[in-house]
Parts: sequence; C-alpha cells; structure tokens
Amino acid sequence: MNDEPVLVLQSVTVRLGGRIAIERVDLTVGRRDLVALVGPNGAGKTTVLRAVLGLVPLEDGAVSVGGLPARRARAAIGYVPQHHAFAWDFPISVAGVVMTGRTRAIGWFRRPAAPDREAVEEALARVGMVELRARPIGELSGGQRQRVLVARALALRPAVLLLDEPFSGVDLPTQEALSELLDGLVAEGRAVLMTTHDLAAAAETATRLCLLNRTVIGEGSPSELRDPALWLETFGVARSRQLLFALGVSE
Amino acid sequence: MSTVLDLISEPWTQVFMRRAFLVALFAGIVCGVIGTFVVLRGMAFIGDAVAHAVFPGIAIGYVLQANLAIWGGIAGVATAFTVATVSQNRRLKEDTVIGVFFAFAFALGVVLVSTQSNYTGDLASFLFGQILGISDADVWIVGGVGAVLVVVTLLARKELVAVSVDREMAAASGLSVFWLDVLLYVMVTLAIVISLQAVGNILVLALLVTPAAAARMLTDRLDVMMLLAACIGGAGGVGGLYLSYHHDLASGGLIVLVLTTVFFLSWILAPRHGLIAHRRAAQRHSEGLVLEPALDENDSHL
Repeated sequence: MNDEPVLVLQSVTVRLGGRIAIERVDLTVGRRDLVALVGPNGAGKTTVLRAVLGLVPLEDGAVSVGGLPARRARAAIGYVPQHHAFAWDFPISVAGVVMTGRTRAIGWFRRPAAPDREAVEEALARVGMVELRARPIGELSGGQRQRVLVARALALRPAVLLLDEPFSGVDLPTQEALSELLDGLVAEGRAVLMTTHDLAAAAETATRLCLLNRTVIGEGSPSELRDPALWLETFGVARSRQLLFALGVSE
Repeated sequence: MSTVLDLISEPWTQVFMRRAFLVALFAGIVCGVIGTFVVLRGMAFIGDAVAHAVFPGIAIGYVLQANLAIWGGIAGVATAFTVATVSQNRRLKEDTVIGVFFAFAFALGVVLVSTQSNYTGDLASFLFGQILGISDADVWIVGGVGAVLVVVTLLARKELVAVSVDREMAAASGLSVFWLDVLLYVMVTLAIVISLQAVGNILVLALLVTPAAAARMLTDRLDVMMLLAACIGGAGGVGGLYLSYHHDLASGGLIVLVLTTVFFLSWILAPRHGLIAHRRAAQRHSEGLVLEPALDENDSHL
C-alpha cells in the first residue's frame, strides 16, 4: 500500500444461494493503489466487488470507504461493470450515459445543474470522449463503450473505482489505452480495485495483486509474489507451465 | 375542397364522436409516452399480461354495476405488483410468472362476466372496445389520469433511464430498483386502463407498443422518441376513428391497422435505420470494398 487506506474489507464473508462465495476476505486499497483481484472462475472476484457495492448481503465482516460504512459512502464508489451489463440499444447519447452516473446525486424531481454538467464534461475529458459526447451509444466501438462506462463512474468523482474484468473482450490498443487511463487515475490519488483473469495485464498494470480463491491466498506487489506455490494454489492446479510462464515466475 | 373539409369536420358535429376523438387522442398520446419505456425495456409481454389482468376487475365492476375503469385499475395494479414481486425471485423466469398470472386473471374475468345473463354482448364490448359509447365522465377520467401519467413519466425520467440502461449500477448507487419497477408497471397498467375503451382489451397492447416501436426506428434520442410516439399514437387514434366513421367499420381494429401501417412505413423508410437505408448502406459498403484494392494498386505503382 502506498498511501492511507480508502477501501477496507474486514473479514468479509458472503453466502450466495446457500454456498459460501467468499470467506473472511481481508483487503485494503489505499490512495494511489491499483489492486488487481486475480483468481480462477468462481473464485469470488466479482462477489468481492458486489459486496463493496452493497449488491449482496454480508454474512459477516464489514466494508468501509474513507472510514464510513460502504452503505453510507455510495457516492464515493465508482463502478465499471462488464460491457454486457449495459443496454447498448437504449436511445441515449454518450454524455447522457455519463450523466446517469449522477442520477442519485442529482436527486428526485431535479434536473442536472451546472455542477453536474461540469462533472460530466470533466469525466468525458478524462477518458478522451469529449468530441463524441453527442454520439448515440449504439454507434460506439468496444473500446469507446468501455471508456463511456469509465466516464460514467468518474462522473461522481469517486474516491474508489471498481472495475469488473476491464481487460476481457477488448483488443490490445484498447487494453493499452485503458492501462494508461488507470495509471493516470491512480496518479491523481484514486484507489482502484479491478478483477481480471488476464494475468499479464494484471502484473503489468497493478501496483498490487490480490490472489483470490474464495479467500485471499496471497497479496503483494507483482515482484513480491514470485512464489509459484501461491499461484498454483490460487488456480487449483498441480503444475501449469503456461500459468507460470505467463507470470514470468517459472524457474 | 369543401368536400374534404366536410369529411374532416362532419364527425365533430356528433357528441359521441367528439368524445371518441378526445379519448382516442389522449389514449394514443399517453400510451406513446409510456410505451416508449415498454419497448425499450422489452416489456411488451408484461403489457399484454396487465391488459388481460385488468379484465377480472372490469368484470367485477360490471357485476357490481360500479365504475369499470376504477375496478380495472385496481385489478391491474394488483397484478403488476404481484408480477414485480414474484419476478424478483429469479428461479422462475419473468415470462413464466406472467404467463401463469395473466391466463388466470383472464379466466377469472370470463367466469365473472358469465354470471350475468345476456353477457356475450357486454363481453364483446370489453374485448374490442366501446369508443362510441363513452360518457363525459369517461373523457374526464382519461384526460385527467393521462395528464398525471405523462407528468410522472417526465418527473421520473432520469431515474427510469438509469434503471433501464443498467439495473446493477442503479441499485449500487442507491436507487430503489424494485420500487421503480413497480412505478413503471403501475403506470403501464393505468395507461392500459384508460385506453381500454378506445380499442378494447385485446388490441390495447398495439396502442402501447406500436407507436413507440415506429418512433424507435426514427430516432436515437429518448425525448424525441417519446414525442414521436405520442404524435403517432394520437394521430393514429384520430385517423382510425375517421376511417371507422366514414366506412362504418370497427373503430378499435382500424386504429390498430392505421398504427401498424405507420410502423411498417417507418420500418421501411426510416432515414438511418430503415430497410431501404440499410440496403443502401450495404450497397455503398460493397462498392467501397471493390474500390479500395484498386486504390492500393495505384499506390504501389507510385
């Protein structure tokens, strides 16, 4: 951790449909931290994000953001879901989508005011989408769609940014642009937590990795996590040359 | 020219036609606005279910000789609420739940109406509309409820949009997704109840879905879509009534046929997303593919 803690999960346990999805997860993300949650399918990566967002009930443990319980700090959390969670056929412009990020902040029966429009402009500028602000979202490319979702999350000027598999299903230039964007956000002092199964991207982008398989198996900077045993335990395989090669931790 | 003007103005001399025009116009506008969300959320089946669920309420009103619209509204809202609640449990898919409920509600309505003697004539008017037998009170109810629905839609517009584009994100930000669902269902129900007299129980779905579907072909902006849907719905209602008056044919059916014609025209002719525009774009694209290699060849010669 580089700086003071922003997002703190303390011994968080979540049960989904009777099955324990994550168990006693401890995790701290600080300012200027970019933590990648890494693990196999079903490890509970997305469940960790959903627990932070208050979308699943906690069986045990607590989540706090900036010292407040996460429930009372919703405006401090920005969330970038996977692309398919969004209705891309809805008739709305790029700027319109970004404004939906502020719906709750604006409040019932009110129209967006000057500060809301400023926040939207700022978010659009941050992801380089100002020129496309009036474009219908149905006409965007995959990379542009992802940037719109990031901008929507940024429209709240959140202290913590959560991203669910941002590197999956996008091409290399988009991945590069996203890495650059995330680096910039971290440099500004935000805390970022993302899930990914792209190990190479995780090792390259993240300041810290969190190896997750229902619970935290290992945590540290990419260079600290060079013990192959941790990785093999996380992914539940006996020995995988491919996995270790991808990580550059093979002997 | 005077003959054309006569054709247009003549029906307005009749009181029952004036009421019919007003109800068709209001119903078309309101259904266009609410139907925009029905179309964008893929809720057509829910709309159908609510339309059928209103039926037992109307039957109760009929048996008790009370206000049909109010009893229809109560039954529809109860069903909308039940569907919203039961469908939060994801073990059963929403359409299954709806299928169970609306068949039940419709069956209940048929049985209730059959307790009355000489019920077939009344049954027909519920199912196919009775726009020529509307009272002044009905016109006021349709206008008043319709105005409230449009205002509520505009007031809750940004919340409805947030939930429509991304439920998870809306829930995570602290919006009550469940209550917004209930609100939308209730609004759909009321839009259906006030439109029943215009086109009847079976065809009311067309008033809700067809104008909005036509509008969707023509625009990529929500506000424009709502406005266009309202115009198409209102104009279709009035146009269908004119045809019905001058040719002495079923009004509800003609309203739906006019709306469907508008839908097909916009499906074919829409400037950017219509059939012809897509064909042209595809043609340009294939011509472009032929051109590009030729340019490459020129380049390599340079």
